[in-house]
Amino acid sequence: MSIVETPLRRAVRAQRRAHRARTTTITLVLVAVTFALFVGTMMIGSYVLSPWEVIGSAFRLTDDPSVDFIVLDLRLPTAATALGSGLALGVAGLVFQRLLANPLASPDFVGISGGASLFAVSAILFTGWGAVTTSAMALLGALLASIAIYLLAWRGGITGYRFILVGIGLSQLFTALTGYVIARADLNDAREAMTWLVGSVGSAGPFELRTLLVAVAVLLPVAFVLSRRLGALELGDDAASALGVRVERSRLGLLALSVVLVALATAAAGPLSFVALIAGPIAVRLVGNAASLPAAAFVGAIIVLTADLVAQHALPVALPTGVVTGAVGAPYLIWLLATVNREGRGG
Amino acid sequence: MTDRTSDRLQDDRTHDLRAEDLTLGYADTDVVSHLDVQVPPGQVTVIVGANACGKSTLLRGLARLLKPRTGTVLLDGTSVHDQRPTDVARVVGLLPQTPVAPDGITVADLVGRGRYPHQGWFRRWSAEDDAAVAQALEATGTAELADRQITALSGGQRQRVWVAMALAQDTDLLLLDEPTTYLDINHQVELLDLLTDLNREHGKTIAMVLHDLNLAFRYADHIIAMKHGAIVTQGRPADVIDADVVEDVFGLACQVVPDPVSGTPLVVPRSRHHVRALTSEAESPAAV
Repeated sequence: MSIVETPLRRAVRAQRRAHRARTTTITLVLVAVTFALFVGTMMIGSYVLSPWEVIGSAFRLTDDPSVDFIVLDLRLPTAATALGSGLALGVAGLVFQRLLANPLASPDFVGISGGASLFAVSAILFTGWGAVTTSAMALLGALLASIAIYLLAWRGGITGYRFILVGIGLSQLFTALTGYVIARADLNDAREAMTWLVGSVGSAGPFELRTLLVAVAVLLPVAFVLSRRLGALELGDDAASALGVRVERSRLGLLALSVVLVALATAAAGPLSFVALIAGPIAVRLVGNAASLPAAAFVGAIIVLTADLVAQHALPVALPTGVVTGAVGAPYLIWLLATVNREGRGG
Repeated sequence: MTDRTSDRLQDDRTHDLRAEDLTLGYADTDVVSHLDVQVPPGQVTVIVGANACGKSTLLRGLARLLKPRTGTVLLDGTSVHDQRPTDVARVVGLLPQTPVAPDGITVADLVGRGRYPHQGWFRRWSAEDDAAVAQALEATGTAELADRQITALSGGQRQRVWVAMALAQDTDLLLLDEPTTYLDINHQVELLDLLTDLNREHGKTIAMVLHDLNLAFRYADHIIAMKHGAIVTQGRPADVIDADVVEDVFGLACQVVPDPVSGTPLVVPRSRHHVRALTSEAESPAAV
């Protein structure tokens, strides 16, 4: 079958190719920056390493016990947690925002992270069963939170605003319950829990980290494959349905995938505030809407890696990562709230 | 392109969308009950009726967006709910009343999303997709907007872009739910002319809900007037529309005269004020 060539067709194709080339270039730059930060964060510390020492050790290319100790035992877990949680939060945040057609609809804002935190903190304080429980409880908490929001917001379908308002309400409830749980705990445990609640990529245990990395390796490609469906779903339920998308099934799948990513990132690094909220809009601004999921993943990773560098090395006192992401994210949120309503969108 | 096109031109007349004993509703209420209706192939069908009469519900039911409580919607003799969604979506397209334009999306990207049912897990973007997008942009006069952000467009332009997206879906049947709402009168006429072009030049079967009765009667080959979830009358507007029907459907006392431009029925409401003493002149449309 041949297709008749017209100037307009040529123009449409040329424009699409130019756009794709731009998207690919920007995404590759983001990948490169992520990699540079990932290596860079392992170079810096009380003993400075060269990039080659870090790469050689991290990828098991060289065999130098002292470098291996610094890289593999001390710095790689933190860097990998930052990388994994950044990738996970970036994708999960943008999936939520696009599905619910609202930049405020990120999982840390609508109580998913809150549910994960509540259950994880309870596990830390009361069970003493260790890492497996923390991850599992964070997952359980995030799932329960999202199911609760879905059911409470359901009225023959889901709309962005109701989902967000119900989510914010539940988020407050989780915060209150977390406060109650901490107040009941032993003083030392409570301090540990408070630190965890700010979010820090340095505190991940090996099990939480491994679970997160496996989930990221499996679920991110799935999310990228599903992004075509997401592109139809974000036009509204009726439009998506008319295009032949099974709306409820696809939306549940995408939400579940994001919830798992957020839960495991939270279990590993605590609730790193605002990463999921800001990564997506930055990615959309960089590459446009259609190809934004991979870009969002790497923007998320760049944010967390940078925040960790700043928190550990740029300030007089080493701080938890969440303090830095919060300090950057809060002004953005204020700006967002101010502009979203002015433009009259967001429903 | 020859084989495929001739196949499709034959297809155009044979795709048959109809509902049998169709009941649709939300929550506890039936909005449309036990309706039998057919969308005449190759024609422009317009559904009219007062608010909440079930006209949008019927359209959404025909587009497979609602699960019937009784009866079935049949596409070429098979229930649409028994067919794969993407198979149906290659034959029947729908432009909903309020589609959502995502942030940061360009016109070309949005129009390209209409290609969803033609793509698959492994068959992504093809030359055919480019061709369909180009054709949709051309038909709707939005080619020069292709690179613009949707949010930067006027209401009239935006609506044409949505129609372009529905066209890129390349379906033989196109359903539109109040496509002229929020448009200025000049853009309403422009859009309806465009849809008529698509019907006459590309052989598309069109069914839509319209609010403006006079435009509905002008552009419809086949009119369906609904009230309380049932069909009051249907047929060629000139044959089935008169003052009694309009009064029955809308509760509006009026006169129906020939439209001076198109000769189709034109509804002139009788209001409580501003009515001049009835003379033979007022009854005679020739004097308009």
